[in-house]
Amino acid sequence: MFTSVDDVSARLAETGYLASPAVATTVFLADRLGKPLLVEGPAGVGKTELAKAVAEVAGARLVRLQCYEGVDESRALYEWNHAKQLLRISAGRDETWDEARTDIFSEEFLLTRPLLTAIRGDDAKVLLIDETDKADVEVEGLLLEVLSDFQVTVPELGTISATRRPFVVLTSNASRELSEALRRRCLFLHIGFPEEEMERRIVRLKVPGLDEALARSVVRVVGALRAMDLRKVPSVAETIDWARTLLALGADTLDETVMQATLGVLLKHQDDVLKASAKLDLDTLDAL
Amino acid sequence: MTTPAGVAERLTSLVGALRAHGVRIGTGETVDAAQAVEALGLADRELLREGLAATLLHGNGQRQVFDPVFDLYFPRGVGAPEQKTAGRDDLRERLAAALTADDQVMMGRLAVEAVDGFGGYGSSPESDGWSSYQALERLRPQTLLARVRDNIRAQGGSSGFADRLLEDEIRRRIEAFRALVAAEARRRVAERRGRDEIARRAVTPTADRVDFLFAGKAQLAELRRAVQPLARKLATRLAARRRRASRGSIDLRRTLRGSLSTGGVPMKPVLRRRRPVRPELVLLCDVSGSVSGFSDFTMLLVQALHDQFSKVRVFAFVNRIDEVTGLLERGTADPEGLNARIEAEARLTAWHGSSDYGMALGEFAERYGDAVGPRTTVFVLGDARTNRSDPNLPAVRQIAGQARRVYWLNPEQRSRWGTGDSAAPAYAELVEMHECRTARQLSALVARLLPV
Repeated sequence: MFTSVDDVSARLAETGYLASPAVATTVFLADRLGKPLLVEGPAGVGKTELAKAVAEVAGARLVRLQCYEGVDESRALYEWNHAKQLLRISAGRDETWDEARTDIFSEEFLLTRPLLTAIRGDDAKVLLIDETDKADVEVEGLLLEVLSDFQVTVPELGTISATRRPFVVLTSNASRELSEALRRRCLFLHIGFPEEEMERRIVRLKVPGLDEALARSVVRVVGALRAMDLRKVPSVAETIDWARTLLALGADTLDETVMQATLGVLLKHQDDVLKASAKLDLDTLDAL
Repeated sequence: MTTPAGVAERLTSLVGALRAHGVRIGTGETVDAAQAVEALGLADRELLREGLAATLLHGNGQRQVFDPVFDLYFPRGVGAPEQKTAGRDDLRERLAAALTADDQVMMGRLAVEAVDGFGGYGSSPESDGWSSYQALERLRPQTLLARVRDNIRAQGGSSGFADRLLEDEIRRRIEAFRALVAAEARRRVAERRGRDEIARRAVTPTADRVDFLFAGKAQLAELRRAVQPLARKLATRLAARRRRASRGSIDLRRTLRGSLSTGGVPMKPVLRRRRPVRPELVLLCDVSGSVSGFSDFTMLLVQALHDQFSKVRVFAFVNRIDEVTGLLERGTADPEGLNARIEAEARLTAWHGSSDYGMALGEFAERYGDAVGPRTTVFVLGDARTNRSDPNLPAVRQIAGQARRVYWLNPEQRSRWGTGDSAAPAYAELVEMHECRTARQLSALVARLLPV
């Protein structure tokens, strides 16, 4: 899919995703070695966005499995369309049992869920398994078969193997430790907060109207907030939100009043707001 | 750079060094890494670093072990820099300029020169080496702060509100430079003494292997961040254990009574149903300066495991004891200031500030004796160094007599128990004492010892 690491960064940049060297290298390797990519990092640094950008670059269909507590085989893999099966049985009254039985377990009655969808078919696909850490441990076992051999076994139909391997991205906020077995099958990428320079470019790209000098101050303040010990430090998504807010307010420089009024965009806990304003010498925030 | 054969050899010794630091890497990953090297080429060192990290590592905590080890096996350069350093003032001048411009490439180059120019010591080939400490001591980058700040202001690079952040930013840049110097010194030493040995000794361990008693501020902060996932892991394990345990054994009496209907043949075994008992936990924590990091961390861990117990009570002591359960419950938001708050709000010291186990345990047995009952498991956390006062063994015996179990977790190395003023052996005769020096050990112990 890609010819070199630089090629990865260049083509991802075209879709509006600025990749750090670490991200570009790992994406390149995941493509070259044909291994799934496990992306970890704090919320809002662009883990999911990465999968979307790769899909766009590759001209591939994005198949997404959103994990949550209680997601199971029938949500992740496949399900039989019971309603349609019943309909089929009641429609054909005078056929023999054997005919009916073989019929209702055919492709026509199969509801493919994301994992099976990603494996079947010849078109290029990017499989995004989002927030893998939210799923129960059993689902990880399910993923192991899919991720190591790119095949799924449906008892009634047999084993379905991928003719064309999808590019797989798993994301995790590390709220639960993923199993060693799953980690072994993946390349590991940690996306942290970007360097100052990089973040400035991201802000300029996502909020085009923002003045260069203001973008610089925005990124510096966010950097300073991240260095503080807060409950929830602002991530890139919040930086962009904040930049948009400032643009909408028509602020052209950062000063105390603007900071006081907009700190809530960056920080999501009252204790954090208080701590940050103390560190930044803001007056007590009556407005919030 | 090197022949491909050399790279394979270097890669395997890199993997060996990582394994020695507790990073688990299988052969499959090593093969992947070799493929990555092939795909990426050797021209760009940073790409290579990322590629190897992606293939060899499984978690972000391992990165701080990986980076220095990588620097040793795939060094930036070999030998001394071509250009000799002109002098200390000249170097400081250029460093100030680099810090002003936040020029990281330049800082890397300056770190090389700094170690070469000021980090060398000794003159005979066996004893000489390179010291980052010495280089930084001569160079004193931290004293450049005011100058860099003025430079940036003079250039108009910072004005208005963002100016308030400037000093912290420069401090972070200086910190980054110090890290570069340290890495360079390690590389130079490694060239002389052999990579493998340096990789074994000079690389900081991952957070969960850091000794509580020697952990720095940053490492403790990292340990605190590790508490939540660790607690969740332990909670899952405990819940599973409780589930298994609750399946229970056969209730013979009810099985036989049930068998009457089938003529005395016990067709259906009846399982004994247990009343779900959540254990109670009492923590006695020494929070005196020497071991505060350890008890602080353990308290957080237990607090995070809160819903696994019907009741948790935490007592802190130095030489007097006081209950801090309430403080801890309110402290979820701010683990950083926990110790300070405990110190400020609880009465832990009388007359002097050094820990006195005898007095504290005695006071506990007397004032809070009713906190300990037959369902209570007591954890005592501390190094058992009594500052030569009476260890008050009867108090411990009394607590042990009332409680279901008493465990003592000691953050000191087992070999040091009993040396100096340590009363550890005496206590260990009365209650089970375990060595608990790192987060890894702590979580293993907690998982093993916690009652279910």
